[in-house]
Amino acid sequence: MAGGIAVAVRGELATRPGRDTVRAVLLRWTLIVVSLAFLASLLLAPLATVFAVAFQRGWQTYLQTFADSDTRDAIRLTLLTAAVVVPLNTLFGLAASWCIAKFEFKGKSFFVTLIDLPLAVSPVISGMLFVLLFGLQGWFGGWLQDHGITIIFALPGIILATMFVTFPYVARELIPLMQQLGNDEEEAAITMGAGAWMTFFRVTLPKVRWGLVYGVILCNARAMGEFGAVSVVSGHIRGLTNTMPLHIEILYNEYNFAGAFAVASLLTLLAVLTLIIKSLLERAGYQRR
Amino acid sequence: MTSRKRFHQPSVLPGFGLTFGFTTFFLSALVLLPLAALVTMAGSMHWGDFVHVVTSARALGSYRLSFGASALAAGINLVFGFILAWSLVRYEFPARKLIDALIDMPFALPTAVSGIALTSVFAQNGWIGRYLALAGIQVAYTWIGVTVALTLIGMPFMVRTLQPALIEVQRDLEDAAETLGAGRAYVLRRIILPTVLPAMLTGFTLAFARAVGEYGSVIFIAGNLPMKTEITPLLIVIHLQEFDYRGAAALGAVMLVMSFIVLLTINLIHAWGHRRMVASAR
Repeated sequence: MAGGIAVAVRGELATRPGRDTVRAVLLRWTLIVVSLAFLASLLLAPLATVFAVAFQRGWQTYLQTFADSDTRDAIRLTLLTAAVVVPLNTLFGLAASWCIAKFEFKGKSFFVTLIDLPLAVSPVISGMLFVLLFGLQGWFGGWLQDHGITIIFALPGIILATMFVTFPYVARELIPLMQQLGNDEEEAAITMGAGAWMTFFRVTLPKVRWGLVYGVILCNARAMGEFGAVSVVSGHIRGLTNTMPLHIEILYNEYNFAGAFAVASLLTLLAVLTLIIKSLLERAGYQRR
Repeated sequence: MTSRKRFHQPSVLPGFGLTFGFTTFFLSALVLLPLAALVTMAGSMHWGDFVHVVTSARALGSYRLSFGASALAAGINLVFGFILAWSLVRYEFPARKLIDALIDMPFALPTAVSGIALTSVFAQNGWIGRYLALAGIQVAYTWIGVTVALTLIGMPFMVRTLQPALIEVQRDLEDAAETLGAGRAYVLRRIILPTVLPAMLTGFTLAFARAVGEYGSVIFIAGNLPMKTEITPLLIVIHLQEFDYRGAAALGAVMLVMSFIVLLTINLIHAWGHRRMVASAR
């Protein structure tokens, strides 16, 4: 590393000679190396480990993990949860941002605070809220049991907890975007006789489409990866209420490291894909507000 | 319709009733109702029981670890996050754009994945853990491991808050100061740090707030020994698993109050930073 710095320093001195430059260039490269070392040990090494351990015993073992029916059920449950949660949260995000960005009304800041709340709360508390409502000793526990409905330790609980944790993402992306873009074009469309839905689909939606995609991919990444909240409401029943992150925990606790990291590698690829789409959107000119 | 007209200003745009109704229903069902359940559950306890649960030795031990390690991790991010943000904003180096995109990784990566990955890197036979073990430092299954995980989780908050603030720093002020004979340390202390101070405080608070509630990435590396390496969220989970809903709700209420205080702090910092900016513009 020191050799690399020396070469870099010499290279810069050749182009920009001067008394202070030696120290400035040394400082620059020291700071860059410190930054990279910090990131390498905290982020890059763990990322590389995921794949190193997943492929430790070769391709065969890696693929075997996904032949296992429990793993398949976990993947199916995660996809199902995301397929329910993401569209609902997208609908909510569109409705909430239209209501908050386009109109002035009392209690607006209360809405905004409630939308921010899940981001400030521990995932464990998010899950617990639904246990307190629908769990056996919760508010509706007795009534639900009398009617043979299970929410906690079943699919509805997982969906509710995931929805709670991920609903702010679309709304928080769209509200500032719509506020900044203003209402002029919508007002013009309505005044000239366009219907409400036509105005929404032909005027508003095209304006905010990148922000919408941005919010949806973040919402999806969190929905598929949520651990704490889902862990509290799921009950960890194999093949039934086990999502991918929970399945990772089970395999890991059984010392099946190759299996745990194989499932983890799928979720890591999802995170990488999310970041790539995010970068592409930013390159296409979308700016977060 | 007439009653609604009173609290919302008239507009030619359609859809207020529909979107307001849907948003209200969604937020009531998903947020307000569950919060009410938490508050009444915690509130239905006798005051003595509540105090007993939230001040038990085990709970106090978990606060000490959760809040202590979170503050330490946010402090580490204050230093390294600043260096990282500074390098990304001010310097050009190979793969800078890629590194910049990677900063968001802890946001996108599921916490269970970062949890098991950090544990295997910092375990005694891990890539980094084995060298630290030679120096007699055990990271995994100790409070140090908890701090490492919380540092990773908080890192993007600090860097992403600092980057725009560092871009705002006026380069000509720095150049002027150096022309007049100021050293780098003096410029850092008198020009750069005062400008980015509100951003540093905001980043610290955000990283701290996220770390206090973190669960997934911590429980694998923590060891989870009561009083020693047990974080507060895990203690809540344990109460729930024992069907002690009231105890869990009481601890949850304590953490919620802490979250509100943190949110309030962030707003105060914003207001203070804004006032400072306005004052300095005069």
